[in-house]
Amino acid sequence: MMPSFEYARPSTLEEALGLLGGGGEPLAGGTDLLALMKSRIVEPKRVVSLVGIEGLRGIRRDGEVFRIGAATTLEELAADTGVSTRFPALRQAVNGIRSPQIRAMGTVAGDLCQRPRCWYYRNGFGLLAMEKGKALVPKGDNRYHAILGNEGPAYFVNPSSLAPALLALGAEVEIRGAKGTRAAPAADFFRTPATENEREIALVPGEIVTAILVPDPGDVRNATYEVRAHDSLDWPLTAASVSLEMHGNILRRARVVLGHVAPVPWPAPAAERVLLGKGVTVETARAAGAAAVEGATPLSRNAYKVRLAAVAVERAVLRAAGKEV
Amino acid sequence: MATPTWPDPSSTSLLGKRISRVDGPMKTRGHAPYSYDVARAGMLYARPVRCPHAHAKVVSVDVSTAEAMPGVAAVEVVKRAGDEIQWALDEIAWVAASTEGAAEDAARAVRVRYEVLSHNVRDDDPSAPGAKESSEEKTGDPDGAAASAAMRVTGSYGLPSVAHCCLEPHGQVCEWQPDGSLRVWASTQNVSGLPGQFAEPLEIPASEVRVTCEVMGGGFGSKFSPDPWGIACARLAKKTGKAVRLMLDRDAEMAVAGDRPSAFAEVEVGVSRDGKVVSWISSTWGSGGIGGSGSPPVPYVFEFPQKRHRHTSVPTNTAPSRAWRAPGHPQGCLITMAALEDAAAALGMDPLEFFLKNLEVTGPRKDVYREEFRIAADLMGWKSKWHRRGQSGADRVKRGLGLSLHTWGGRGHRSACDVTIQPDGAVEVRVGSQDLGTGTRTVIGIVVAETFGLPLDAVAVRIGDSSYPPSGASGGSTTVGGVSASSRRAALKALQGLFGKVAPTLQVKAEDLEAMEGKVRVKSDPVRALTWEQAARRLGGSPLTARGDNPGPGDLTDSGVGGVQMAEVAVDGDTGIVRVEKMVAVQDCGRIVDLKTAESQVYGGMIMGIAYALTEEKIYDPASGRMLNPDMEFYKIPGIGDVGELVVHMMTGKGYDERGVIGLGEPPVISPGAAISNAVANALGIRVPRLPLTPDRVLAAMEGVAGKEVPA
Repeated sequence: MMPSFEYARPSTLEEALGLLGGGGEPLAGGTDLLALMKSRIVEPKRVVSLVGIEGLRGIRRDGEVFRIGAATTLEELAADTGVSTRFPALRQAVNGIRSPQIRAMGTVAGDLCQRPRCWYYRNGFGLLAMEKGKALVPKGDNRYHAILGNEGPAYFVNPSSLAPALLALGAEVEIRGAKGTRAAPAADFFRTPATENEREIALVPGEIVTAILVPDPGDVRNATYEVRAHDSLDWPLTAASVSLEMHGNILRRARVVLGHVAPVPWPAPAAERVLLGKGVTVETARAAGAAAVEGATPLSRNAYKVRLAAVAVERAVLRAAGKEV
Repeated sequence: MATPTWPDPSSTSLLGKRISRVDGPMKTRGHAPYSYDVARAGMLYARPVRCPHAHAKVVSVDVSTAEAMPGVAAVEVVKRAGDEIQWALDEIAWVAASTEGAAEDAARAVRVRYEVLSHNVRDDDPSAPGAKESSEEKTGDPDGAAASAAMRVTGSYGLPSVAHCCLEPHGQVCEWQPDGSLRVWASTQNVSGLPGQFAEPLEIPASEVRVTCEVMGGGFGSKFSPDPWGIACARLAKKTGKAVRLMLDRDAEMAVAGDRPSAFAEVEVGVSRDGKVVSWISSTWGSGGIGGSGSPPVPYVFEFPQKRHRHTSVPTNTAPSRAWRAPGHPQGCLITMAALEDAAAALGMDPLEFFLKNLEVTGPRKDVYREEFRIAADLMGWKSKWHRRGQSGADRVKRGLGLSLHTWGGRGHRSACDVTIQPDGAVEVRVGSQDLGTGTRTVIGIVVAETFGLPLDAVAVRIGDSSYPPSGASGGSTTVGGVSASSRRAALKALQGLFGKVAPTLQVKAEDLEAMEGKVRVKSDPVRALTWEQAARRLGGSPLTARGDNPGPGDLTDSGVGGVQMAEVAVDGDTGIVRVEKMVAVQDCGRIVDLKTAESQVYGGMIMGIAYALTEEKIYDPASGRMLNPDMEFYKIPGIGDVGELVVHMMTGKGYDERGVIGLGEPPVISPGAAISNAVANALGIRVPRLPLTPDRVLAAMEGVAGKEVPA
């Protein structure tokens, strides 16, 4: 049951920004927001639909950059020939969302802005799941929680399917607010909140995401691998996206980003260093996986995720190099 | 009249054939009227006030604000000051209002004060305070036998508590009639039994309650009673003079309306060198909520002469368990079949050979199991695929095979059926039974149509109404035997009546007639015939109705079935992800009425079994005592892509067809957990002790930290 709320459906961005000031929540596909409202995890006074706004949907090329409109659906993203041939990392990430309904309704910006799936949060214990000043997650059931960046008070994992790939591809998030438009590197878009009132993303009230800007990778290879226990709709246990710049068989540059392991998408520079100057083999891929999880600090019952994160990196590297796993 | 029998299998046109369920089209088109779809004029909506604490005492309940809110028609308080709450999400009160929103707002305005008490939701610690150990059951001299065994093999096993997870949640619409009677549209497995259960707390005669359930979206043993919320719904309807719809939300459906008790075990099996079990020593423990749990049947099916067993009941602050499809059997089966498979592996024996060697002590179905294992092994390709435990090669993906066997009773329950032949030839059947989605409506139609020599669509089957002749609750695989027997007897009796009217016209005795191919005809001279409609006209102006009962004359139902299942799995050795590649089920269930719906039952049972083997578990937060996954997101069930190839073989022919009709709801869900767990052990070379076989448990077992690490 949803609480009452005011619903607005503006037709321009300016109108939308005006309506979003002071407690409005933007509504795109609604695949997350409506569920959060039904369980009263969020109770916006006003919901501002973005579907009537021209120009938020669709993919176009601006020189060396692909501009993916914020309201482009996940299905449209994966079906776009330019995207799916140049950015297998994105296509593979979308393919991991095993629900045609969510792919059809969910949007690119919605994927980035969705709230954590932490079951304490979703059951009304709050984003940081504190009770009487004590965090519930470390002593509770944390089998799906963070193994990195989990010194607290946030223990949830970032749920975005696209974020690791966008970080690996060096994408930017275009944000529009009352003060104009800015572009933030994808890595800066995600944050680990320190208090209950902070968000996991770098949007201030009244701002919305308008587009994702992804540079043409040229011949940089990229891939995503999700460790998923089921073929049906389910969250990955861990994921990794990589982009690999090869010179012949030798890696000149690599980006490795983990997903579902930390409150933010988690870059793994140690894994990148392991790969540099080497060829992609099962051994180097495995070494990169091991390096990616060095320093992991698993909680009481998620040590298995350390191994699964290493496997995700190993398989993403091999997949990017065309060595199917 | 001759003693009723089933027709010869070689002579039937419907009975035993593959026939699609008659309500399939209405369900797939969305026309099937579920309780949720019932809408009455002026209907109110009920919303709950639930306790967030797993254990608490109610200090006060203040409904004054809620009662004064707009749209609110009535508040029904079900827990009062001083009442103790034993599980989270138990109901404190229900609010009825003109819209769901108004009811929800008012429910949130009910002020409840609690004294929070300490709770326990951990069910796998047999030394927990309040745990009760039962007295030991002992046969023979197990310790002496164990001492002389060539090998003693020990193992730990377990299954968590799981939800029934009905797609249609519990609930009903209640409406009081102008004559003072109560109508209830309920999602129930017990149409005929519900009026009495509503009547008692409401203090009205059971004859004043009429319960309807046209179709329902799953019960699995969790929908036999009105439940406290059903009575609250009736009271709200009484107070307001309006119909009230009360259906559970998903969270309550998962947390409080269904629970299969958990079971954990330590087993020691003593074996001889040649693979005979010589001793069995076991202890089990587990919980079924605040009432604890009884022992699962251990050892299961195998009646070893030298055995001892004890069980410890561990009460937890969780909602009480309910009968979950084959109560106790999936637990007993996993514990037993896994321990036996471990013993076979310790001896280096093929478990198929080991099981065959020990079938002597499986009782009256031992030869059936033997035949079923032979068929299953062929269908699985067991001989060519099986390898010794752990010898699955150096590949990352490890393959393995496992097997299991199970049993069930399944005799038909009490059932009464009225069959009516109208003077225009129309046929109506009335049974106060219900179709849980299994094909009951179809089966009744097949029996009557077969008996009358008519096509299936010539028979109107009316079920799901307590005003029809009473039939038992649909539990324990008792329905098909009950309703097929009562409808066969009713149809034969009605036909006898019709023959009596027709005989003079055809100038023969009634017993010389038969009903075949849409005609009533002379057995010895089929050309002398009347069409069904011409025959029915001989009834004169009034319809003919005959009552059939079960039990009744003749052996139309029987009890006792055996089934075996085999599973083939592929385990990713790096991630611990288990996939079921193929499963084979070979099952007997006596005389089969509809081969297609029978096979469907087995497919469904296997899929439900794959779910509890690989994904399902109720997960509780220790600190708050709340269920963390009362939803369809983290309470995981497999999708179609997670279910491998399923092969079903029903035992028919000599030795099977001459038995009566026996129920099939429970048997196929019993073995999958054991067969899949055994297949994973075969693939990996180690036992993953507890279900579900999720990557954390599989990896922990592979790393040798099972029992030490947290994955429970």
